[in-house]
Amino acid sequence: MEFKDYYQIMGVARDATQDEIKRAYRQLARKYHPDVSKDPAAEVRFKELGEAYAVLKDLEKRAAYDQLGSNWKAGQDFRPPPDWNAGFEFSGDGSQGAGAADFSDFFETLYGHGSAAGNRARPDFHARGEDHHARVMIDLEDAYNGATRVITLRTPEVDAHGRVAMRSHKLNVTIPRGVRAGQHIRLAGQGAPGIGQGKAGDLYLEVGFNPHAHFRVEQRDVYLDLPLAPWEAALGATVTVPTPGAAVDLKIPPNSMAGGKLRLKGRGIPGTTPGDFYVVLQIALPPPATEADKNFYGAMAERFKSFQPRAKLGA
Amino acid sequence: MDNGKMLPQLSAIILEEQTGLTLTEVCQACAVRVELIVGLVDEGVLDPVGREPHRWRFTGTHLHRATVALRLQRDLGVNRAGAALALQLLDEIEILQARLRKTGHE
Repeated sequence: MEFKDYYQIMGVARDATQDEIKRAYRQLARKYHPDVSKDPAAEVRFKELGEAYAVLKDLEKRAAYDQLGSNWKAGQDFRPPPDWNAGFEFSGDGSQGAGAADFSDFFETLYGHGSAAGNRARPDFHARGEDHHARVMIDLEDAYNGATRVITLRTPEVDAHGRVAMRSHKLNVTIPRGVRAGQHIRLAGQGAPGIGQGKAGDLYLEVGFNPHAHFRVEQRDVYLDLPLAPWEAALGATVTVPTPGAAVDLKIPPNSMAGGKLRLKGRGIPGTTPGDFYVVLQIALPPPATEADKNFYGAMAERFKSFQPRAKLGA
Repeated sequence: MDNGKMLPQLSAIILEEQTGLTLTEVCQACAVRVELIVGLVDEGVLDPVGREPHRWRFTGTHLHRATVALRLQRDLGVNRAGAALALQLLDEIEILQARLRKTGHE
């Protein structure tokens, strides 16, 4: 089991006052709250922080933790010394804040799971199981076609001996067609089991898209940068364009400019109001590889003598 | 055993696309008392359709906002107005980031 340096996690000195600890917690909690932070590691940091604070804010727990001595390093293999907590009584205030059920083995060895389960007794507690939240990454194509995903969740469970163990279970989830990044899929009754007669909580999956090599997504709309040969842009052409649904033949009007946008209505992410698919035009130049190629570009320069590509810059 | 085909297929709904949720349903989904949700409406965090509370209809987006506001209050020790301010600023960040992405400055 790894030793956890709660002082390091909270960024406070070992002799910090209770007020300093509270201030550090508030500051870091705002920084790493999963609803606020975009940092993918925020959720892990926030849980760690909650655990560190649960120990350091409680004078008895903190004193017992300090008893272990200051020679331990974070991550070091740890076995609690016998009778390490003799003379301490952990009353607790029955509330460990968010995510207490996910505290580390280190915490549970020191303080037992009884205190970690104490957060069940919140005043607004309805005997309904807690909702669980997780993230699921899908491909853009899945939003077009719908998909099924097997996701693995780790949830704490109390076994027959009253011990809390992490159990992983798999769920086979239908990803609805038309789902967009940032939306949440709700699976009724797949959260934590209820207490007594209470109903189980729900499971919420926040959807994210895996980055795509060609397509960009903005809300419902999908964008593609489409390179054209100079003559296709100048003379017009019909080119085959990939979309996440199926490839389509797109007519490029003559005299198209780089940066020009063509819209394929309703070819974005499907739904009651489907998004649009935008093709952003780019011009790709064939590299002048041979002398004949260079002469050709030279002839072009001659031909378009009055063309001023930088006219807008006014220089 | 890793084969998902053995597992029952769970049908899912997209939270944000739900509409017509009643106050009771939102309270149940958030597992909180009615006063807390009414408080969020008073604060302007949620703007349901309908005049009187018993006619209020919420959407899935409201439901998500409510859960975030409640979590912020619980985890950060902010009051309702503080949570409302945080949500408003988060919305603004989202809009600005979308604008940055559009101009290719990400």
